[in-house]
Amino acid sequence: MELLSQTIICGILLGGMYALIAIGMTLIMGVMNIVNLAHGALVMVGMYVTYVCAQEFGVDPYLGMFVAMLVLFFLGCLIQKFMINRLVEVESILPENQVLLTVGIMLVLTEGIRLIFKSDYRSVVTSYSSDTLYFSGMAISVPMLTGFFIAMLFTFLLHLFLTRTDLGKSIRATAQDRDAAVYMGINASKITMITFGLGAALAAAGGSLLLPLFYLWPDIGHLFTAKSFIITILGGLGSTGGAIVGGLILGIAESLGATYISMGYKDVVGLVIFLLVLLFLPGGVRSLVKRWQA
Amino acid sequence: MNKIKKLNWLFALLVLLAAIAVPWVIKAPYHLHILILVMVWATIGTAWNLLGGYTGQVSFGHAAFFGVGAYAAGLLNLHYGLSPWWGMALGPVVAALAALPIGLICFRLRGPYFALAMLALGEIFRLMFTNLTEFTNGAKGVLIMPEITSKMFFYYVGLTVLVVTLLVTYLIVHSKIGYYLVSIREDQDAATSLGIPTTFYKNVALLPSAFFTGLAGAFYMNYVAFIDPNIVFNLSNVSVMVILVVMMGGVATTWGPTIGAGIYIALGEYFRATLGSANVLVFGILVCLIIMFMPNGIIGGLETLKQKFFRSGTGLPGGGNGEVLRS
Repeated sequence: MELLSQTIICGILLGGMYALIAIGMTLIMGVMNIVNLAHGALVMVGMYVTYVCAQEFGVDPYLGMFVAMLVLFFLGCLIQKFMINRLVEVESILPENQVLLTVGIMLVLTEGIRLIFKSDYRSVVTSYSSDTLYFSGMAISVPMLTGFFIAMLFTFLLHLFLTRTDLGKSIRATAQDRDAAVYMGINASKITMITFGLGAALAAAGGSLLLPLFYLWPDIGHLFTAKSFIITILGGLGSTGGAIVGGLILGIAESLGATYISMGYKDVVGLVIFLLVLLFLPGGVRSLVKRWQA
Repeated sequence: MNKIKKLNWLFALLVLLAAIAVPWVIKAPYHLHILILVMVWATIGTAWNLLGGYTGQVSFGHAAFFGVGAYAAGLLNLHYGLSPWWGMALGPVVAALAALPIGLICFRLRGPYFALAMLALGEIFRLMFTNLTEFTNGAKGVLIMPEITSKMFFYYVGLTVLVVTLLVTYLIVHSKIGYYLVSIREDQDAATSLGIPTTFYKNVALLPSAFFTGLAGAFYMNYVAFIDPNIVFNLSNVSVMVILVVMMGGVATTWGPTIGAGIYIALGEYFRATLGSANVLVFGILVCLIIMFMPNGIIGGLETLKQKFFRSGTGLPGGGNGEVLRS
């Protein structure tokens, strides 16, 4: 019983942090309507920025996170404005061109980082990295708990931003109907750029929160791309609340799979859930909620 | 139209003769090795092009078929001691069989969802082959002792594989089925409303695509003699790379994938020799530039140029010349 509850709690905590990364992706997907395969690479770059802050300047990872978010915001804006946006105007046979461009960006980011930092496994060691809390026989790691709460705080702030501010409302309007938003006087291309930057910043935040828990190497990005997809589809495209639920489901499913099936099949569990949701619940959790409300 | 068709066949024949003559001119094993790799990639690319280029079902999981073909050959040798050359017969069949349920599942989805489902399936295959250690040897991979080591022999086998793939793809695309496939890419709803059973024809495109990808996999196993799940089921180095190869050469063209494969392998080797550890980075930048400035690949780009210079358009959007299929 303790093993089960420990597994579930661990899954929830991890899932909350995954959710933050996935919210970044779902924002981008919602507004731009593209599959961003470079998202994991953005997470990875964010993690390296935090890592450098911690290693070179002795900045605590939870503070370095803000530096990473700022850097990634601008990086995201630049990528959107000068690369992905260009493709909107070009004619091509396959509409998947933008997706492929994100693959190219992923390659460039991963290899650029590899060139600078080599493929070595790195990790940030802080005074609290191995701290754990014990209660009723369960051990919970402190960085995991802190990461989870910061992730939830960010999600809440983002929710406020999207629902209460003009900029946030413009982002939601653009996601709902781009043309209509333009008619209402919203500068859609600027909004798209900001959204991409915001998505990248959230990715960096999620990555930095996970930094004390994961080893860091240039290819870690693939892992996060896959996870954020699964979460985005699970939760329903473009839905922040859905992304949280999706993140928690994935986190729990993964840790249950790791504990009760085997470490090697941990990722298979996530992928199988992903396929099943794609096939049988294409709208994700959000469509369930809607059906229940109606 | 007919004259142009004849010219195209003549051109193809000349290319084939040149390709047959190559090993008598270039004897260095390293150069032959590069050419063999080009043929492997050209085969996968041509096979992918049938599904992704002509039918418009962009698959991010072709590594699954490649890997299954390669493992069919390797495991035949590992478990039953049979010559891995039997895998050249078994591999493609197993890959096509694997494609059947995959098609049934994934063709329920459209556009980016299809792409994502294929991506997930490719990864599931990789993880399964890594974890089923008794059957597949897991991450240790499969090593075979090749009986033949002559590069020239492999060159001709590879050439045969590529020629057969090109020919079959060409025949499919230029038959009535080809028009169905393109209509699905251009507008699936319109195709359905005209009475084309779209799901059926998507499967018709998928099966040969998987078959020839599996064939390329089995040939790869025989040639390289060592595989592990991270080589043949690799997402970025196989599944995604094949898309980039086709994009570079030209989507939905006969020669595009082959040209793309040539560029990919040649540039890859050249960068590796000259740039050291920065080679993949430069390659990535190049990929970005090609997609941004030549979204229809090199053949597509050339055609745009040709149209700009000659303006001899036949009145068909996308330029006549029997290329109506493309746009």
